[in-house]
Amino acid sequence: MGRILLICRVVLRDLRRKPVEAALMLLAITAATATLALGFGLSGAISQPFQQTRTATAGPDITVQTYTPGSGPERPPSATQLADMAALAKKPGVTGSSGPFPASMPMLRVNGYNVQAVVQGRTAAPAGVDRPEVTQGTWIHGGGAVVERSFASVLGIRVGDTIRLNGRAFPVVGIAVTAAWNVYPVDTFQNQYGPAGVVWLTEADARSMATASQPLFYTLDLRLSDPARAAGFENTYLNAYQNDGIDLQSWQDISADDGRVLGKVQNMLNIASTLLALFAITSVALLVGVRMADQNRRVGLLKAVGGTPGLVAAVLLAENLLLALVSAAAGLTLGRLFAPLVSYPGAGLLGAASSPALTLGSVEEVFGVALAVAVAASLVPALRAARISTVRALSDASRAPRRRPLLIRLSTRLPVPLLLGLRLSARRPRRSVLSALSIMITVAVLVTVVTAFSNAGGQLGPVVVAPASPKNLRPEHVVLAFTGVLVALAVVNVVFITWITALDSRRPLAVARALGAAPHQVVGGLSAAQLLPSLTGAVLGVPAGIGLFTMVSDHSGVVYPPAWKLAATVVGSLLVLGALTVVPARLGARRPVAEVLQSEAV
Amino acid sequence: MSQTGSISMVRAKGLRKEHGRASGLVRAVDGVDLDVAAAETVAVMGPSGCGKSTLLHLLSGLERPTGGEAWLAGKRIDRLSERAVARLRRHSVGFVFQAFHLMDELTAAENIEMPALLAGSSPRAARRRAAELLERVGLADRVKHLPSALSGGQRQRVAIARALANDPMVLMADEPTGNLDSAATVDVLRLFEELHLAGQTLVIVTHDARIAATADRLITMRDGVFVDETRLTGGSTGSLSALAGLGS
Repeated sequence: MGRILLICRVVLRDLRRKPVEAALMLLAITAATATLALGFGLSGAISQPFQQTRTATAGPDITVQTYTPGSGPERPPSATQLADMAALAKKPGVTGSSGPFPASMPMLRVNGYNVQAVVQGRTAAPAGVDRPEVTQGTWIHGGGAVVERSFASVLGIRVGDTIRLNGRAFPVVGIAVTAAWNVYPVDTFQNQYGPAGVVWLTEADARSMATASQPLFYTLDLRLSDPARAAGFENTYLNAYQNDGIDLQSWQDISADDGRVLGKVQNMLNIASTLLALFAITSVALLVGVRMADQNRRVGLLKAVGGTPGLVAAVLLAENLLLALVSAAAGLTLGRLFAPLVSYPGAGLLGAASSPALTLGSVEEVFGVALAVAVAASLVPALRAARISTVRALSDASRAPRRRPLLIRLSTRLPVPLLLGLRLSARRPRRSVLSALSIMITVAVLVTVVTAFSNAGGQLGPVVVAPASPKNLRPEHVVLAFTGVLVALAVVNVVFITWITALDSRRPLAVARALGAAPHQVVGGLSAAQLLPSLTGAVLGVPAGIGLFTMVSDHSGVVYPPAWKLAATVVGSLLVLGALTVVPARLGARRPVAEVLQSEAV
Repeated sequence: MSQTGSISMVRAKGLRKEHGRASGLVRAVDGVDLDVAAAETVAVMGPSGCGKSTLLHLLSGLERPTGGEAWLAGKRIDRLSERAVARLRRHSVGFVFQAFHLMDELTAAENIEMPALLAGSSPRAARRRAAELLERVGLADRVKHLPSALSGGQRQRVAIARALANDPMVLMADEPTGNLDSAATVDVLRLFEELHLAGQTLVIVTHDARIAATADRLITMRDGVFVDETRLTGGSTGSLSALAGLGS
C-alpha cells in the first residue's frame, strides 16, 4: 500500500511539475483514440434512420425500373417490357404495388448549379406503396415540383424557389423524403448518369421531360408479404429478366447504398486513427524521451532511498499509463460527441443518428490502443532508467550523445549551419528517426489529399467532386478535419522537437558560439537539425501518401497528381517546417554563451 | 593600466557588468581599466565570485557589458552585433574553459578542427592543423580518442589546442587548471609557458599561484575591481589605492 501511495505521489507531482509535456501527451493520444472511437461509432449508424424513413413513407420492399437493354441509343420501353413489369406485381409474395410511374432524366438548373435529376411522375393522390413524406410545403399540385430533401439540401432549394428542368421553369411547392430512392449524392444509376437527385412532378409534366436522347422509362414499387425476403425476390427476377431491360432493387440494397457514404467515412476514419496512433507513438516517444532525460536525478534519488529497479520502472510507466488512460477516456467521450455529426444521415432520411452505443469491444480496443501507444513509447526508457546506476543517475549525466564518424566527416564539407545541424541530428538518432516519421505521416496525408483532388469526381466517391457539381458532404469534411488535426499535431510536434533540441544542445552550441559560430549560424543549425531528417521523411511521405490513397479509394485506376504538385507538397511542407523551427531555435539560442557554459560546467 | 609603447591586444575602459536591480544589484565588474599588450601574459587572481570570469567573458565578447568600453585586437566590441563579435572571436580569440567543454561525441582531432571549420577552413587544412596542434600539446597519439577516453589533463591540453586552432591573437583561459590534479597542472603550466615564450598574448584567470607566476603581470581582483597589480618580470607593484579607484 505504501509503495502504491509513493508511486501515486511521485507520478502526480511529476505531472504537475511538467504540465506542458503532460498536456502534449494527452493531446496526441486523445486525437488517436477519438478518431478510433469515431470510427467505431459509425458502424451501422445509417440503418436506424433508413428504417424510420421506410416506415413513415410506406417504403417499397422492391423497386422496379425499365431500362434500354444492350448497347445502342436509349429507347422508350417496349410493350413487352411494360407487360413484364406489370406481371411482377402479380408474382407470389407480392401484396401491394404502386405504379408504373413515368420517369425521365432531365438536367436541373438552380442557384448556379446544372446537375442531373431524375423526375418521377406522380398523381396528387397518395400511392399505396412509397408515399414520400412531405417535410415542407405540400405534395405536387398545379404544375409545381416537389424536390427530394437531400437533393434540395445540397443545392440550397427551398419551397417557393423556381427550378428549371431541361430549361422549363417549375415552382417548388414541397420538399419530401422517400425510402424508394437513394439519398443524394449516392449514384443510383451506377455511373450511367452520375448521381441524380429526385424531383416529383405530375405525370404529364414528367412525360414532357422526355427527349429523344433521354426517353421515358417506368418505375414500379412493390410490397412483399415478407420484407426480409426482398433480396431473394430481387435475385430471382433479376435473373429472369436480365436481358429484358428490367432492373430490380431491394430495400436492403437501397439501405446499403445509402450507408456506403458512411462506409467510406468509416474506412477513412479507421485509416486516420491508425495514422494518428502512429503519429501519437512518435510524439509520445519523443516526449517520454525528454521526460526521462529530465528525470535522471529523480531516478537516482528514488534508488538512493531504497527504490528497486522495478519500482523505478513502475513509477515511470505508471505516469505514462495514467496519461494514456485519461486520453482514452477523453477520446471515447469526444468520439461519442462527434459521431452524430459525422454519421448524420443527411437530409434524405428521417430522424437523426444518435451517439453510438458503447460496446465492450470498442471500449477495450480504444483503451488498448492508448495503453499500447504509451507502453510502446515508454517501455525502453523505463527499463533504461531501471538499469542506470544510482551514482550516475544522481550526477544527472544525461545519456551520452551517439558518435557518427561518417556524418561528422561528411559535415566538415558543409556550410556551418548544415555542419551544426547534421551533427546535432546525429547526436540523437532516435529523435531524428521519430521526427522523420512524424513528417512522413503528415506529408503522406497531404499527398493523399492532393491525389484525391487530382482524381476529382472519382475514386473517393463523394470526397471530391467535379467542379461543375455541387459541393459535397461528410467524407470531404472528415478528410479535411482529419488533415487539419494531423497538421496541427505536426506543428506542435515540430515546435516541441526544435525546442527540446535547442535545450538539449545548449552546451555544444554555446561552445560553438564561443569558438566563433555566429548566432544566425546556430539558429540555422537548429533548424537544419530538424530539416535534415525531415527531408527523408517528407520524400518517403510521397509514395506512402499515394499508397494510402490507393487503399482508401475503391478503384484501381488511380490518377497520379503531376510531379510538380508532389514536389510542391514536399517543398512546401519543408518550408513551413523550417519557418516553424525558427522561433524555438531563436529562443533556445538566445541565452548568453557565458551563462550556459557556467551553468553546464561539470 | 596600459603598456605604453606596444600594440594593445585587449583593452578595457571603465568596463562594468551589473546583474539585478535596486537592492538586488550586483556589480560583477565595476569600472575596470585594462590594457594587454601583444605577447604579454596577464594573470588575474582573486577570490571566488570577485568577477574574474565575468571580466574574461566581457573581454572576449562572450558577454555584453553594462557600461564602459571593450576593445579586442584594435576593434571596439561592446557595440558590435553578436554576429560581428562572433566573426572577430573566430580569428582573434581562443578560449580555454575550466570545464574543458569538449564535444563528447567528437574525437580529440575533431574537437580541435571545429574552430577552423567554423572559420571556413577546408576540412583538409583543419585536419592538418589539428594534427600539428596535437603534436604540439603532446597528444599526437590521441588523435582518435574521444574525450571520455582522455584524462583531465589531456582533455585540457586538447582544449588548449582547440583554442589555438585559428592562431588567435589572444588566448583567454578561465581557471585552466581548476579541474586538474597536480601532475596534469604541471603539464598545462608547461604548455602556457611555451606559449608565453612563443609570443602568444595570454589572459589567464586563475587561483593557481604557479600559473600566475608565469605571467608578465599579475592583477588581483576583489568585488569587481582591480585591487593590485604586480609586474612580475619588472618586479614593480601598482598603487593599491589607485587600482581600487580610491584616488591617488
